[in-house]
Amino acid sequence: MSGETLAAAPARPPRFAALRRIFAGSPLVAGASILLLLIAIAAILAPLLAPHDPMRLSPATRLKPPSDEFLLGTDAFGRDLFSRVIYGARISLIVGIGAAVAAVFLGLVIGLAAGFFRRLDAILMRIVDGLMAIPNILLAIAIVALSGASLWTVLVAITIPEVPRVVRLVRSVVLSAREEPYVEAAIAAGSSTWRILVRHLLPNTVAPLIVQGTYICASAILVEAILSFLGAGISPEIPTWGNIMAEGRIYFQINPGIILWPGLVVSITILAINLVGDAVRDALDPRMAKRGIDR
Amino acid sequence: MTVHPFRNRAFRAAALPALAAFGLALAAPMADAQTLRAVKHSALRVLDPIMTTAYMSRNHGYMIFDTLVAMDSDFNVQPQMASWEISDDKLTYRFTLRDGLAFHDGAPVTAADVIASLKRWGERDGMGQKLMTFVADMQPDGDNVMVMTLKEPYGLVLDSLAKPSSNVPFIMPARIASTPSTEPIPEQIGSGPFKWVADEFQPGVIAVYEKNEAYVPRSEPSSWAAGGKVVNVDRVEWVVMPDDQTKLAALQSGEIDYWEDVPADLLPIVQATPDVETKILNELGFQTIFRPNHLHPPFTDKKVRQAAMMAINQKDVLDALVGNPDLYQTCAAMFVCGTPLETAVGGEDVAAGTGMEKARALLKESGYDGTPIVFMHPTDVSTLRTQPVVVAQALRDAGFTVDLQAMDWQTLVGRRASQEPPANGGWNAFITNWVGADVFNPITNNMVNGKGPQGGWFGWPTMDVAEKLRDDFARAGSVEEQKKIAADLQAFAYDEVMYVPLGQYNVTTAWSSKLDGVLDGPAPFFWNISKSE
Amino acid sequence: MGGYILGRILAAIPVMGFVALFVFLLLRLTPGDPAAIIAGDAATPEQLELIREKLGLNEALHVQFFTWIGRLLQGDFGTSLLSGKPVAELIAARLEPTISLALTTITLSIIIAVPLGVIAAWKQGTLIDRFVMALSVLGFSVPIFVIGYVMISVFALDLKWLPVQGFKPIGEGFGPFAERIALPTLTLTLLYIALIARITRTSMLEILGEDYVRTAHAKGLKERQVLMRHALRNCAVPIVTVIGIGFALIISGVVVTESVFNLPGIGRLTVDAVLARDYPVIQAVILLASLIYVVINLVIDILYVFLDPRIRYA
Repeated sequence: MSGETLAAAPARPPRFAALRRIFAGSPLVAGASILLLLIAIAAILAPLLAPHDPMRLSPATRLKPPSDEFLLGTDAFGRDLFSRVIYGARISLIVGIGAAVAAVFLGLVIGLAAGFFRRLDAILMRIVDGLMAIPNILLAIAIVALSGASLWTVLVAITIPEVPRVVRLVRSVVLSAREEPYVEAAIAAGSSTWRILVRHLLPNTVAPLIVQGTYICASAILVEAILSFLGAGISPEIPTWGNIMAEGRIYFQINPGIILWPGLVVSITILAINLVGDAVRDALDPRMAKRGIDR
Repeated sequence: MTVHPFRNRAFRAAALPALAAFGLALAAPMADAQTLRAVKHSALRVLDPIMTTAYMSRNHGYMIFDTLVAMDSDFNVQPQMASWEISDDKLTYRFTLRDGLAFHDGAPVTAADVIASLKRWGERDGMGQKLMTFVADMQPDGDNVMVMTLKEPYGLVLDSLAKPSSNVPFIMPARIASTPSTEPIPEQIGSGPFKWVADEFQPGVIAVYEKNEAYVPRSEPSSWAAGGKVVNVDRVEWVVMPDDQTKLAALQSGEIDYWEDVPADLLPIVQATPDVETKILNELGFQTIFRPNHLHPPFTDKKVRQAAMMAINQKDVLDALVGNPDLYQTCAAMFVCGTPLETAVGGEDVAAGTGMEKARALLKESGYDGTPIVFMHPTDVSTLRTQPVVVAQALRDAGFTVDLQAMDWQTLVGRRASQEPPANGGWNAFITNWVGADVFNPITNNMVNGKGPQGGWFGWPTMDVAEKLRDDFARAGSVEEQKKIAADLQAFAYDEVMYVPLGQYNVTTAWSSKLDGVLDGPAPFFWNISKSE
Repeated sequence: MGGYILGRILAAIPVMGFVALFVFLLLRLTPGDPAAIIAGDAATPEQLELIREKLGLNEALHVQFFTWIGRLLQGDFGTSLLSGKPVAELIAARLEPTISLALTTITLSIIIAVPLGVIAAWKQGTLIDRFVMALSVLGFSVPIFVIGYVMISVFALDLKWLPVQGFKPIGEGFGPFAERIALPTLTLTLLYIALIARITRTSMLEILGEDYVRTAHAKGLKERQVLMRHALRNCAVPIVTVIGIGFALIISGVVVTESVFNLPGIGRLTVDAVLARDYPVIQAVILLASLIYVVINLVIDILYVFLDPRIRYA
């Protein structure tokens, strides 16, 4: 649900030099990048950073307020909230990155096929239109509720509704790139289909896909939280940011932190991803770059 | 105790203009004093209390239907629509309908209606099925008398007809009761104290009942479903709210009058709310249970089942589920603590949580090979989502490999009906809850049914001894005899681990102090309640 | 022109066909048995079988599918497996809250967000732009139920200005309607302001980058004149896009908001139906939502042709 449909796509190969300029030039974006890096490190090093086992039940210490031992308090199972939030980064990032990579990969393959093989296009685009027409949350709830809630099904449920937008994006890039003289020349010269796809069309899609990928990543983390909230998420045993909030919501008036801390972490993470995504987009969109935008 | 986060001035200031733009009438609306708004534990979906055992359908039944006889709070059967006489040979029961009984369409209640209703109930309900195996015949004797003749004496005739929880033998017009028991009844016409307002029913949103002005209550005071059902409000609305947080806020702001099941953790906040009363209405409470699947390894091995049972500590389960010790009790009695059949025999270790060492030893002895236990975990039902997490950890601590599979409740309900091996869409274990009144004797308690794959309850233990004992119980002549048989059955069921009771908990109901006369009972009743203002 | 519109309408048919098939297969090929749900805890396998038979769930899949489609084409959405009520009736009863919430949210969002987006684009790169963009990113970074809880806590519990939950039809008076729709609208609006402000800004930037606008710049017109004379006049297209995208996306936002504020709308109907495996209801709602999406897109595309002469409709 995040981001906007990416409008025009660049017709030339991306200008990676611009990336460096963006990160160096804006303290906000640099800060966001460092923050994301820290969150990723926290996720990887969770066993070292978390003071308690995030899964271990301890009925004696349930719903404790924040203290020296439990920095953010404990949940209804007596599990340490702070440790769960740290471990939660793992699944939430896996969901976010996994959905982004999967959606971009599937979208790329289908989009290239639709853009290049004109006969496939009609069928593929009807299917894509159909999938796009189904509201993504409804589709995701249906997939998870009907096929059982596991990390795998949640990933599938979040990825599928994101694919059509990537397909459309890639297809539009391919369609405009096909008109470029150097591609037309390659086709005329009898280059193999494979070679044209990989050498000439694929590079054009990289920049818009990176941007779209960041939006999907942010959106996936949010959708995971919403699915958990609606009771159609990953097993509550496993800490994810969404699960922690969903489990904690009835205790909102007892310890608002159960919702607000993970909520804050989710918000900051998504904010950072979006900021970086915006910056990359501005850097890679030549039209914007030409106007000398510096954010 | 009430905490409102965000007493943030900036936040309010920012929101003010937006609100002003709406041109709002800010005062809370005045509620209609004679309408009682209640939030129930779930949404009413199926409008047939005989076809389904769903508690909401049972509660709906109590609103619009009446029962022949009813159980009072001392577990004694009392007349409700009818009084009875029993012949000396205990083979003939004559039920005489009292005067003034009429269905909502104006037709008088007759013996023919009673017979048709009991027949339909006898096809669906476990205790009803048992009763019908003893019944030779049911015949009208004039409009007001129904004569039930038995093949041999049966001690539980009245207890069956006074069954307080699912399925309750509600009396319907014969034309409605002639609907096959696998199809929902087409009309909601009963002779009960409330009438169904069909055109205001929105499944998942609201169910509306209005006072049945023609209802003639008994003169005795109310006690459970027995005694006079005097209705003091014009209208009862059952409102569905999906979110506990929303329910709490709605109760605090006075938008609802009654909240059937306050989660234990929210109770302190509810109790701190001015003008709100709280009480446990159903003292028998709920029994939460662990059920192994006896058809597939590893739970085909008695030692493995025993190991699983010994690993469980009721207190841990209840702490996680309920938290507040005032609202739960560890209890070894399969037929519910607080009933005449209560006994701890066989379940001492589970109740005390002292079996872990035995569990490890038993598991080792059994030669358990690490086959994963497919343990179904419903995540969308708040009263069922915590126990599997605790029990799974206990099983792992004892040496089991556990595959805890998250799913929604409806998936679980569908999947537990599968007798296939776990690898082919079957299962090894699940947890559910029963209202105490549903499991409080060997006949109603589904889990001690030993009929196996044909006629048994999900998990399907084939145990002839259990069936023999249940049969003996049904024929027992005295309460003392009943108690002895029930204790034997419980000891057997624990030894074979037909199921594992995980303890008992109570649900607290909260209501506005505008309400008066809220009744105790095995199901929530809405007669006798009056509303002031 | 007429040919173009007809062509677009015809193109929508296979799309809806795919949605119908997809939803049907999704429901039937995954576990869950409505008969077991209806029968409850004590049902025997024989009774389940009878109920399944009665519900038509034992028919071959393709027979079930074509029976459903056939009835659908005659305007019959079927009946709910659980309550036995006609699905069309169930949906009709739930439409008003959802449509009300969608309309109030879209209206309020556009009133606030479009000017914000235009200003941000106009003052691109300045503090104002950064502020608007930061605000908008923040808007969709916070999970919507968290916003909802904060709203309830502040306005309903703390200040006691507004009721916590529920819905009153506008037919029962504007006051009761408005005070109940206000919090859900505010909650959802925060999300859509973010979304719409961003889209508006992007669209405006594109227009500002167009040749004729740059020509205007080159001619020496002042920034304000460029904006007024050229850019804003061409704003219609992005605003239509915004409305369209807003409506299409709002169905998702409504699901959660309805849950938090207990609005008896389509979103909750769907979640309940999915959790209860009420196949006819799920199928009908998803099909309907998709149809709305397709129709809105169709209308937008046709409006484009009217609004923007540069778009060809060959």
